[in-house]
Parts: sequence; C-alpha cells; structure tokens
Amino acid sequence: MSENKTVTFIIERQDSPETAPYEEKFEIPYRENMNVISALMEVRRNPVNANGEKTTPVFWDMNCLEEVCGACSMVINGKPRQSCTALVDQLEQPIRLAPMKTFPVTRDLAVDRSRMFDSLKRVKAWIPIDGTYDLGPGPRMAESKRQWAYELSKCMTCGVCLEACPNVNDKSDFIGPAAMSQVRLFNSHPTGEMNKSERLQTVMGDGGIMGCGNAQNCVQSCPKGIPLTTSLASVFRDTAIESFKSFFGSDQKL
Amino acid sequence: MAGNRDYINRRIHSLLGVIPIGIFLIQHLTVNFFATRGPEAFNNAAHFMESLPYRYVLEIFIIFLPILFHGIYGVYIAFTARHNVSNFGYFRNWMFMLQRYTGIITLVFIAWHVWETRIAIGLGWAELNYQLMESILTEPFFFWFYVIGVISTTFHFANGLWSFCVSWGLTITPRSQRFVTYATIIVFLAISYVGVRTLFTFAYGG
Ligand code: HEM
Ligand code: SF4
Ligand code: FES
Repeated sequence: MSENKTVTFIIERQDSPETAPYEEKFEIPYRENMNVISALMEVRRNPVNANGEKTTPVFWDMNCLEEVCGACSMVINGKPRQSCTALVDQLEQPIRLAPMKTFPVTRDLAVDRSRMFDSLKRVKAWIPIDGTYDLGPGPRMAESKRQWAYELSKCMTCGVCLEACPNVNDKSDFIGPAAMSQVRLFNSHPTGEMNKSERLQTVMGDGGIMGCGNAQNCVQSCPKGIPLTTSLASVFRDTAIESFKSFFGSDQKL
Repeated sequence: MAGNRDYINRRIHSLLGVIPIGIFLIQHLTVNFFATRGPEAFNNAAHFMESLPYRYVLEIFIIFLPILFHGIYGVYIAFTARHNVSNFGYFRNWMFMLQRYTGIITLVFIAWHVWETRIAIGLGWAELNYQLMESILTEPFFFWFYVIGVISTTFHFANGLWSFCVSWGLTITPRSQRFVTYATIIVFLAISYVGVRTLFTFAYGG
C-alpha cells in the first residue's frame, strides 16, 4: 500500500448556530477500512486543511459507533446517513460532508434534533403504566404482532427520514415519518392501545399525518429498514376511521 | 373533535380530487370522444349535457366549486414542498414532484379552457358546437397547449388515484401499493388516449 495515499473531504462548516456556513477542504491520509468518523478523528488530531493552513477541528456528534444511537447522522455525498457506518472505500471522492439542514445546526456537522423528541412527547410515544397502586400484569401481545412491532421499535430517532422528506422543511410543520411510525407502534401495543384515540387525535392536528405527501423517500433512506410508508398508510387509515367515529359516533363512545 | 381545520381541509381536498372532480373528468373526456364519430354525434352529446335539468346546480356543485377548492388548496400544498429529486431520485419522489407540477399546469390549463369555452358561451361570445373546438384546435399553438394540458390533467388524476388510495388507508402494504401503481399507469394511458385522440379529431378531422 502506498505511503502517501490520501482521501479528499469537502466539509460544510459552521462556527455557531448564527454564523454563515462555509466549505473547507481536507486531505486525510488513507488507512485501510477507515470510516467517515475515523477520518474526522484524523482532522481533530491534526486540524490542517488542504491548503496547509491550521484551522479549528471539525465538530461532530457521535456515541455508539455501531449505528444504534443515531447521533452521528450527517449528509454524506448528498444522502443523509450515519457517519460511523459510512466506509470511505465505498464512497465517491471527494467525500462531501454537510449537516442535516432540516435541524438547527449547533456547530459544523452537529445538529440539534430536539424537535424529534418533542414530537415523540406530543404523540405520547410511550406506554402509560404509572399509577398510585400496582395495576397488575397487562394484556399479552400476540407473537405475530410482536414480530412486526419489534421492527418499528428499532427507530433510533436519527433524523435521516426527516432530512430525506420533501415535506419536512421550513415551509411546513409536518413532524415527519419517524413519529408517525411510533404512533403505529404504541397503538399496536395491548396497553398502549388504551390511548390510541388520543394519539390519533394528536396526529389529526398541526404537523400531523396530513403533512405526508407519499414521496416515500423515508422508507428508502431509513438505516434500520423500518417500513415507514406502511406505518404512514396505516396511520392514514386509522385517522380516517377515527374521524368517521368521532363525527358520526361509535358504539365505543358516549 | 374530528381533527383540526388543516386536517379536514386536506381530507376534503383529497376526496374532491376523485369525487367529484375525477369522475367529472372521465365523463367530460368520454362525452368529448363523441367527436371521433363526427360533428353531429359530438353536437348531440354536447347538447344533451347542456340540456340536463338543474344544470347550473350540477355545474356549480359538481364542477366549479370542487375544482376551485381543490385547485386553490392544491397550490398551497404544492408550495409547501421542497423538492429533492436530485439527491433522492426514486420513482415515488419523482411522482410526488410531478403531482405538484402537473397540478399547477392543470390549473393554468383549466382556467384558460373554461374561459374560452364555458365562459365565452355563457357570455354569448361563442356557441357550443364542434366548430368552436375545431377553430381552437386547428391553431398549432393551441393544439399543443391542449395536448399538454390534457396529458397533465390525466397524469395528475391517475397518479392522484394512487396517492388517494394511500391517503385513505386503502393500500397499506408495499405490495398493494405497487399493484395500484401498475393499475394507475393503465388508467393514465387509457384516459390519455381518449383525451388526445379527441384533440386530434378536432385538429385534423376524423
Ligand atoms: C381536473 C382537475 C384535477 C383532478 C381530477 C385532480 C385529482 C387529484 C387527485 C385524485 C388527487 C389525489 C388526492 C390524494 O392524494 O389523496 C390530487 C392530489 C393533488 N392535487 Fe389535484 N386534481 C385536479 C386539479 C388540481 C389542480 C388545479 C391543482 C393545483 C395545483 C391540484 C393540486 C393537487 C395536489 C398538490 C395534490 C397532492 C395532494 C397530496 O398528495 O397530499 N390538483 N388531485
Ligand atoms: S425511522 Fe429510521 S430514518 Fe427515521 S429516525 Fe427512525 S431510524 Fe432514523
Ligand atoms: S455513533 Fe451511534 S449511530 Fe453512529
């Protein structure tokens, strides 16, 4: 292997949330099997850009390094994905890195994904079991259901599906596919189902399911292979039924 | 509460696209297709439509108001998207973008078409007959304007049927959605043929 082989990175940087973004180019010594994060670590170790000028180290977010936390998501050669599993050998050069602009940039490649956690709170993406006394065991879940529900539970709130969606942007308040899929997940749980109507009513409000325009980029982009468009269509169906019931009435309500 | 105002508007927008606008579209193209059987057949069919009882009620509530609502709300929806097919060149993403572009083209086309036919007739500037359409469509510019307008509308309707099936939760699985994709391609080809064939008849005769 040649001693001086390098990898070219063009990184979109931003010094603070308020300042304008700019591009900086880096030539990084190649190592076998390196991923985007190990290249960024190299920049951190030796913060010198392609012009040989000393610069500030590029900032990014990371945690698990095995594609389960979602923290390291960024736009790599135009596509949002996790930098920890983006192998340099499989990427076209120069490798372009940019933050996911759907979210506020905190610095360089790091973004603030709070809006996703706010959405999860809004749709009550949990099973309420807390009480003042022991409620006993809940109803059991069918194994067949558990299997597909497990697939939905793999979401790591990475934000890739929001970044890929043409309807999640500054002109729309759509909260995105991830939260919709969680509505389906928690509505499918035998105990979570007790709040089904409430969750559906929430996504029948601002930023809810009607923000989806069926471009289906989400399902193509999700690193966890979550069947997002199946979840979205399912929430479309459930909200249609919910509106019918809440307007015309049902045998389940007064 | 059955959802907020935005939610209800979106549901109405989606429903109107098929019922009644989509149904009207098919009816309209079918009646016009009588032109392929000669001017007399077209005139008879057109005059039958013209002489329907409570015609203004039908026109206002089945055609005019639904298209107005769907069109205006459609423009609003179209402008809330930020298209990204250059980075995400998937089939459905293209369809998503084309759905919005054809919506705008269709709006321009319908506005012009209604102006030079229904409104002109209503104001007594023109008479509804074969010659009216013939004189419009023998002009090459307007012939192509109509071809684009008609194909834009049929595409928008056919692809709209696909998203309608998803938006109402009829097709949930990828398999059923794929099946409806093929079905709507056939719908698109079939009604495009009906529409464009009629235009050719008016422009170039039988
Ligand atoms: C003959 C006229 C028209 C017909 C037959 C028609 C039909 C449809 C249908 C069936 C849908 C699917 C509804 C759904 O996704 O649930 C749709 C969607 C749509 N229409 Fe139209 N439409 C017409 C005119 C227009 C016009 C003039 C506009 C104006 C821009 C427009 C904009 C839209 C948009 C943006 C959507 C997408 C909605 C979404 O995916 O959420 N349409 N249309
Ligand atoms: S659904 Fe997939 S792409 Fe979207 S946040 Fe969850 S893991 Fe990421
Ligand atoms: S660091 Fe956790 S997903 Fe990449």
